[in-house]
Amino acid sequence: MIYAAAILILVGATLCAIAALGILRLPDVYTRLHAASKAGPLGAGLILVGVGLSAGDAGIIIRCVLGLLFLVLTSPVSAHLLARAALKTGIEPVSTTSIDD
Amino acid sequence: MIGVVTTIAFALLGLAMLATLVRIVRGPTLADRILGLDTLTVLAIGLIGTFALRTGLYLYADIAIALALVGFLSTVAFARYLLSRGRQ
Repeated sequence: MIYAAAILILVGATLCAIAALGILRLPDVYTRLHAASKAGPLGAGLILVGVGLSAGDAGIIIRCVLGLLFLVLTSPVSAHLLARAALKTGIEPVSTTSIDD
Repeated sequence: MIGVVTTIAFALLGLAMLATLVRIVRGPTLADRILGLDTLTVLAIGLIGTFALRTGLYLYADIAIALALVGFLSTVAFARYLLSRGRQ
């Protein structure tokens, strides 16, 4: 069980680092939101599940899975709200953006 | 083994926090800074979870979940503020 927790922690931390790299390098706020909204459910969520697995206690596992569920539910909502607010306040997308109807 | 793994995870999360901090300082618009603060909260959740695993103090898992709740609320509040501030 401790090996599974170690793998989950490593994968979660790597995903967080990749998301931060995307936030640093991508060209505009919409593409950066795409990178940032993956860090929540995948990065932090996998770390929480790893903590729950390593504890091996039912209460902690349930709380960690509930935390992951909460992150999965709220991360898209906050990303959508922020993108909508950015669009309504007139922040332009990068010039290579194309509209695909 | 847990010691080595958590040290690597701490290093990765610290680098990620540094990159996000650069974006908050440089960020051309307010939306970029809000996005950076949101990501910083998520990275702090990961950091607290890693700390819980390293020390075996599983009370910290509750703190991480509470931080997730507060972080979501703060991002929503910032987005509402950005909307109410209107077009620049």
